[in-house]
Amino acid sequence: MNADNIIQVQGLKKHYFGGKVKALDGVDVDIRRGEVVVIIGPSGSGKSTLLRSLNLLELPTAGKILFNNVDITNKKVNINVHRQKMGMVFQHFNLFNNMNILKNMTIAPVQLLHKSKAEAREKAMSLLKKVGLDDRAGAYPSQLSGGQKQRVAIVRALCMEPEVMLFDEPTSALDPEMVGEVLDVMKSLAKDGMTMVVVTHEMGFAKEVADRVIFMDEGKIVETGSPEEIFSSPKSARLKDFLSKVL
Amino acid sequence: MDALMSWLLDLKDTFVLCFIDGDRWKWLVEGFRNSIVITVFAIVIGLFFGVILAAVRSSYDKNAESLKMRGGIGYWSLRIVNFLAKVYITVIRGIPVVVQLMIWYFVILVSQKNDVLIAIIGFGFNSSAYVAEIFRGGIMSVDNGQFEAGRSLGFNYIQTMKNIIIPQAVKSSLPTLLNEVIALLKETSVAGYVGIMDLTKAGDLIRGRVFEAFMPLIAVAIIYLVTVVVLTNVFTAIERRLRRNER
Repeated sequence: MNADNIIQVQGLKKHYFGGKVKALDGVDVDIRRGEVVVIIGPSGSGKSTLLRSLNLLELPTAGKILFNNVDITNKKVNINVHRQKMGMVFQHFNLFNNMNILKNMTIAPVQLLHKSKAEAREKAMSLLKKVGLDDRAGAYPSQLSGGQKQRVAIVRALCMEPEVMLFDEPTSALDPEMVGEVLDVMKSLAKDGMTMVVVTHEMGFAKEVADRVIFMDEGKIVETGSPEEIFSSPKSARLKDFLSKVL
Repeated sequence: MDALMSWLLDLKDTFVLCFIDGDRWKWLVEGFRNSIVITVFAIVIGLFFGVILAAVRSSYDKNAESLKMRGGIGYWSLRIVNFLAKVYITVIRGIPVVVQLMIWYFVILVSQKNDVLIAIIGFGFNSSAYVAEIFRGGIMSVDNGQFEAGRSLGFNYIQTMKNIIIPQAVKSSLPTLLNEVIALLKETSVAGYVGIMDLTKAGDLIRGRVFEAFMPLIAVAIIYLVTVVVLTNVFTAIERRLRRNER
């Protein structure tokens, strides 16, 4: 028990095909409130699976996930209530195609937090203004660029006033010239003190923004430390090998 | 010129014989009315049960994995209901509709005197199996990212389906669904097989009475064709209208 830890992952395993494939093979990690944790690793290392397990989009085979000291892997826990406090941003944006931008952002606060439409709208518009998209509130997702979509996806999650934000390769599906605008939004979010768990291939972002970097390989956490420790003095051979390929 | 003139006069005589004498045009009107009544009410039944079947089938497809991991009665009851739905759809789609109609008419509803009602029931349940698969296809064709985004905001399964998935699924399955309406209208032409007075049967009765095949059959064919063309135009207009909203 530690009040400072917003998320505690204990012995998390995710097996497929009766254990033949081990996407996660015993992961323990604590996320502290206000911390920015960046997870790196080669593809297939289990980093996305770990992130998606944190709000139970993936159901673990074994292990526990404590969110605010509640074990959300317990069957009796209503996961929907906890998900309201965990914002998630996807690689492919996943804006609701059947709603305009404003509706994308207000539907959850109105229906789930029972905010008035005016209140939800005001909040959404001020967030859109922050990311420079307030003039696109009436547009449909198909009318936006990738970078714009992802910025909307971030503020859509923020409309629920989450306690932690999960980012699943938020810039991987973007054209190179749009990566910067999304990372800028994430940086300012980090500066505002948001707790963030980010799976990314953007090593620059990890170096600059992360409080802690986790390196995963083959379903396990291989090494963890400050960006300094991870990038300047890696200890394990696998991390050295990985860094030599991506840097 | 004379030959053409006498041919036209012949044609007129046949027309009078077929449709005017004995007010036989009223047979066509009654037959057409019955065909439309059967189609409309059969579609209502088909939609009602089709939506329920599609809900069962797609719930299973979407939730089976997670329910299985959580175990318990929910998984097993959904699995059994899904199995029954699958059997129903297989049976209905595997038997010619005219055979189904005869089974309703001569076996199940043998004491029912209202022919049109029997046809509505027969075509309705037949249609439900097709509607179910059309809707299920529509639901499964919506990108799973839409579903995950809804769940990650804290919407439960039903809220996610209602707000996000169903509106997109309806739109994408609408063209196929409207085709089903047209197919059903034409399929009702086998209702005469069990003595139900539909449009085809009406034409056939005239043929038998006046010993003239060309005129009544052409009339029946033209009525079907015009109806289908009108329906097609109406449906195309509806689709265009829906598409204008977005994308």
